[in-house]
Amino acid sequence: MRWLDNFVGRLALSGRIGLALVAFWLLLAIFGPLLAPYEVGAVVAEDVFAPLSLAFPLGSDYLGRDMLSRVLSGTRFTAGLAFAAALSASSLGTSLALFATVSGRWIDEVVSRAMDTLISIPSKIFALVMVAAFGASVPLLLFTTALIYLPGAYRIARALAVNLNTMEYVQVARVRGEGRIYIACVEILPNMIHPILADFGLRFMFVVLLLSGMSFLGLGVQPPDADLGSLVRENISGLGEGAPAVVMPALAIAMLTIGVNLLIDSLPRAGGRNAGEP
Amino acid sequence: MNNVIVLVAKRIGAAALTLLLVSAVVFAITSLLPGDAAEEALGQGATPETVAALRTELGLDQPGHLRYLHWLGGLVTGNPGQSLANHLPVSELVASRLPKSMVLAGTTAAVSVPLALLLGVLSAMFRGGKVDRVLNLFTLSMVAVPEFLVATLAVLIFAVKLHWLSALSSPPDNPTFAQFLRVYAMPVMTLSFVIVAQMARMTRAALIDQLEQTYVEMAVLKGAGPTRVVLRHALPNAIGPIANAIALSLSYLLGGAIIVETIFNYPGIASLMVDAVTSRDMPLLQTCAMIFCAVYLSLVLIADVCAIVSNPRLKGH
Repeated sequence: MRWLDNFVGRLALSGRIGLALVAFWLLLAIFGPLLAPYEVGAVVAEDVFAPLSLAFPLGSDYLGRDMLSRVLSGTRFTAGLAFAAALSASSLGTSLALFATVSGRWIDEVVSRAMDTLISIPSKIFALVMVAAFGASVPLLLFTTALIYLPGAYRIARALAVNLNTMEYVQVARVRGEGRIYIACVEILPNMIHPILADFGLRFMFVVLLLSGMSFLGLGVQPPDADLGSLVRENISGLGEGAPAVVMPALAIAMLTIGVNLLIDSLPRAGGRNAGEP
Repeated sequence: MNNVIVLVAKRIGAAALTLLLVSAVVFAITSLLPGDAAEEALGQGATPETVAALRTELGLDQPGHLRYLHWLGGLVTGNPGQSLANHLPVSELVASRLPKSMVLAGTTAAVSVPLALLLGVLSAMFRGGKVDRVLNLFTLSMVAVPEFLVATLAVLIFAVKLHWLSALSSPPDNPTFAQFLRVYAMPVMTLSFVIVAQMARMTRAALIDQLEQTYVEMAVLKGAGPTRVVLRHALPNAIGPIANAIALSLSYLLGGAIIVETIFNYPGIASLMVDAVTSRDMPLLQTCAMIFCAVYLSLVLIADVCAIVSNPRLKGH
């Protein structure tokens, strides 16, 4: 646990708050549904949009289902989907960047051009166009969000890889006669893993925000499945009476994304961002 | 100066090329549909003959690249086709919605830019101090908050609890100032929240970048006070990077507008696009998507040009 102490010790206060929030929500996403007091789909409360109470800690939803159970399962849905999408975007982006760096100028030029085109379509617009064309299914949402955040991951990884590629030890390896794959995987990749991980955290946050935005519009995860964004949407009619069912899932998203952002920002040298501390 | 003109011209060319590629991507995705527009428009009971006839009429029987060129030509000349959902020309629908979105975006910019500059300059002046740390925590959190949380909380507080404002924002034709305030207060507030945070952070970073230069150290040694150092020495040199930051942050408005126009039922181009997705109205969707992409690319281009023009290394060569 020494490394953990070291790691936490070097974080600023905002970073520690972020770490606590991220750890809390990740644990909830993994174990939360086990703790859920009721079945996710079961109508258990007598009132719809019930306020907070002991029996229903987060109130009840528009059908009288327990909000706590629904938020717990929605958290797993949101975090799981975002994790898979961010992981695909980051790993594919990094692989493409390594490939483009160690390959010739032409391949680099073509891949970079394609990525520049993709990054020039605002993320929500791209997602709307994809959903309009192919319908909103979970595999499509996963594919679309991974594709949307791929170019950003590629850009960061490419900038890092191009820098490392000019280092003397890489040139030594090249003179030694090592192959391209060896140079990419053994010489370059291990030295860029930290900024890539920080960037992965940001991608995760972006995907959470995009996915819940799409679900909120009714164009993301479709019922009976529900992520946190769809929970806000399906209960929006309770807004007029100030029901906790609307606010709680929205707060859950915000706590998760704020946590990630605070944590990543206080990491030493988060890749390519305007870091908060001077 | 020639250097600058060449660089700017290159950027404009690159942006135009990117927009062309983007249009190809948008067209390709929206034309890869399993069923096509003719079948969709005629419904289940259509005979193969009527489908074929409509397909010819819509030009769907032509090969893909010809359809793309035809579509692109229509888009450029201001005739992007008919909406499938309500059989009006797309240009008419867009023309009725676009000005409303521009009013919303303009008002948001007018509110958020001065506020963001103030916050950014303040936290740069007191960097490392208490004000800066509190502002940092606040802006860092705000960039990560989904727009619909801000919007629902605003409705909850100002419409439900306080009864000051209405939860729906349909602007009347010739609003008085009071009506204008009532309609725009909440959408503008919601949109501003996120981009003010973004802009303030980037302004702070740009200004601190200048404050760490040697000429600022010189000014401090000469005896200039902190306010004078920031306002007279650093700020004029940070204008380029700050303009860059403002243009980039304003491009975040596009994504925010989609959520905000929908939640407040504001009749702008973003809610038109969401409707087009729901009704799978492809000609309308394509046009809206291209408008958003064009605006986004223009903002990024403006940001680029600001950075180039303000770079002293490019001047005087």
